[in-house]
Amino acid sequence: MTAVSNPRVQSPWARLRSGARNHRSITILLGWVLVASVLPVLVLIPPLSTFQPQSLWIDGFSNAGVFILLAMGLNVVVGLAGLLDLGYAAFFAIGSYVYAFGDSPFTNVQIPFWPMLLVGAIIAATLGLLLGAPTLRLRGDYLAIVTLGFGEIVPAVFLNASSLTKGTNGIGGIYKPELFGFKFTLENPVPYYITMVAILAVTMVLLYRLQGSRLGRAWMAVREDELAAASSGINTITTKLLAFALGASTAGLAGVFATSKLTFVGPGQFGFQVSFTVLAMVVLGGMGNIWGVATGAFVIYTIQAVVLKELNQFFQALHVPILQSIDFVQYQYLLYGIALVAMMLLRPEGLFPSSRRRQELHATSDDVADVPPPTEALDA
Amino acid sequence: MTAAPTIPNAEEAVHSRPAAAPGSHDVLLQLDNVHTYYGQIHALQGISLEVRRGEIVTLIGANGAGKTTTLKTISGLLHPRQGKVRFEGRDISRTPAHELVRAGIGHSPEGRRIFSRLTILENLKMGAFTRPQNDIQGDLDHVFELFPRLKERIGQRGGSLSGGEQQMLAIGRALMARPRVLLLDEPSLGLSPILVQQIFVIIQEINSAGTTILLVEQNALQALIVANRGYVLQTGQVALSGASADLRENEMVRKAYLGE
Repeated sequence: MTAVSNPRVQSPWARLRSGARNHRSITILLGWVLVASVLPVLVLIPPLSTFQPQSLWIDGFSNAGVFILLAMGLNVVVGLAGLLDLGYAAFFAIGSYVYAFGDSPFTNVQIPFWPMLLVGAIIAATLGLLLGAPTLRLRGDYLAIVTLGFGEIVPAVFLNASSLTKGTNGIGGIYKPELFGFKFTLENPVPYYITMVAILAVTMVLLYRLQGSRLGRAWMAVREDELAAASSGINTITTKLLAFALGASTAGLAGVFATSKLTFVGPGQFGFQVSFTVLAMVVLGGMGNIWGVATGAFVIYTIQAVVLKELNQFFQALHVPILQSIDFVQYQYLLYGIALVAMMLLRPEGLFPSSRRRQELHATSDDVADVPPPTEALDA
Repeated sequence: MTAAPTIPNAEEAVHSRPAAAPGSHDVLLQLDNVHTYYGQIHALQGISLEVRRGEIVTLIGANGAGKTTTLKTISGLLHPRQGKVRFEGRDISRTPAHELVRAGIGHSPEGRRIFSRLTILENLKMGAFTRPQNDIQGDLDHVFELFPRLKERIGQRGGSLSGGEQQMLAIGRALMARPRVLLLDEPSLGLSPILVQQIFVIIQEINSAGTTILLVEQNALQALIVANRGYVLQTGQVALSGASADLRENEMVRKAYLGE
């Protein structure tokens, strides 16, 4: 765009690129349609086809979508606004329980799935605001500790409020979605798949728009330097609260979808490992880059759900004494840990970084030599 | 001190600047018996001062006297526990910082606090956050006129600039919000003597373009040369105030701050 001013001399590729830049929303939607139609075909090709049948693959993609959604939401909080949230699964839990209360024989309420998507997102966002209001005055490690606590408290509440939630047994028999009389079933994963792709595409368009908006710039300023942001006329409290609420609403959306598919919800599904996995997805994918984070989530989910299992079978077949006895699925968190440490050492900007993050993390020493340390001192 | 070689230039500056405020005497900014605390620490112990429209006023004093705290209390980054801050007659003691930027108080904070990972242009645009983004080209041009160096390096990241350039950027960023009063905290800190000269000349230019300035400086001599009036702070109180020319002649000021 900047290099060539006359569109007629552009190569088709350059024209495509500049078109994509000018119509980002349409490009994202088309991108999702393309990916969503290629993936089911791709898994028919060996060796992928030998791992599991196509219907299981498609079912797995919907589950991966839940994590992509979670990762995109957490990316707003951690990647864009720079607030470390270690209890993100709490909002996932809230969205899940909201759907269980709103559309199940347990409460005898039957609000359809589609409005519940919105309800789940709004309730999660509201609780995000309630948690954020008192805690967002904290910074860095302290905020991380408080959110970690919140992430533990929410499942504990669902566990102990057993008259409302059936405690540890969880709520089962939750209704599945229905569209114009067409009922979603467990046998046919395609409707869930299409629904998930649609949710992801729309969410991603909205997030990209937000990132480029005034609010997106305010997030960037707050992430860089809160005091300077305030001196530039940015309401830092509202800015951080909105990041928190938006992240929470995305998790709420993911919770409603996941519960409608699983038709069950229990307090054991929302442990710290969920928050940790999603954070690992964001970091490995490349904080701040929406596509990168989505790809990171997809890759990690696929490794966790498919590759580790296949690895077990692969080594079983080889009859190597030690490797044979290792259950790789059991070691997934160890593997995440190793991957995160390796990532921080070798490629801190993530696999698919935003261009800005890459600059930030690969600053040479003389780039930052002149920055005076921030002083909060009293020498006024 | 760096003051010694700058005196010849400084003398010229004196002649170009009348001792009294140009034009009217209406009060833009007023502090009335302001007490500000950091937790238990009583940092400002009843500061009263005023800044009139069109003036350059300077706060001088030793480390810990309360200069930065005074600026932070004005710009809303801190709030006084007692006393009033008034801007254009309105009580702003409890108004948050981001609203005061809209109201017309610009603050170039201590330590520059530029967004070191954003480019110069992005930093300046961030400074204009409160203004419509399609209406800032004129302001950008104005900043680049004051600081041509910034224009040369427009795409460079803030953190890669030299100390002097970062200071220019910090002042430029504060100007982007079109403040009516500009609070400058130690603009000469850590700069070479030549750059200190340049910064003080630019401060005068900004002032003659119509922006009132409240200047905190350790470089007391330079500050008293460009300012119309000054306040000497000591342990959170105003020890002395008056026209800059009088303060320059004052025995105590000469001993304590001018190194004579």
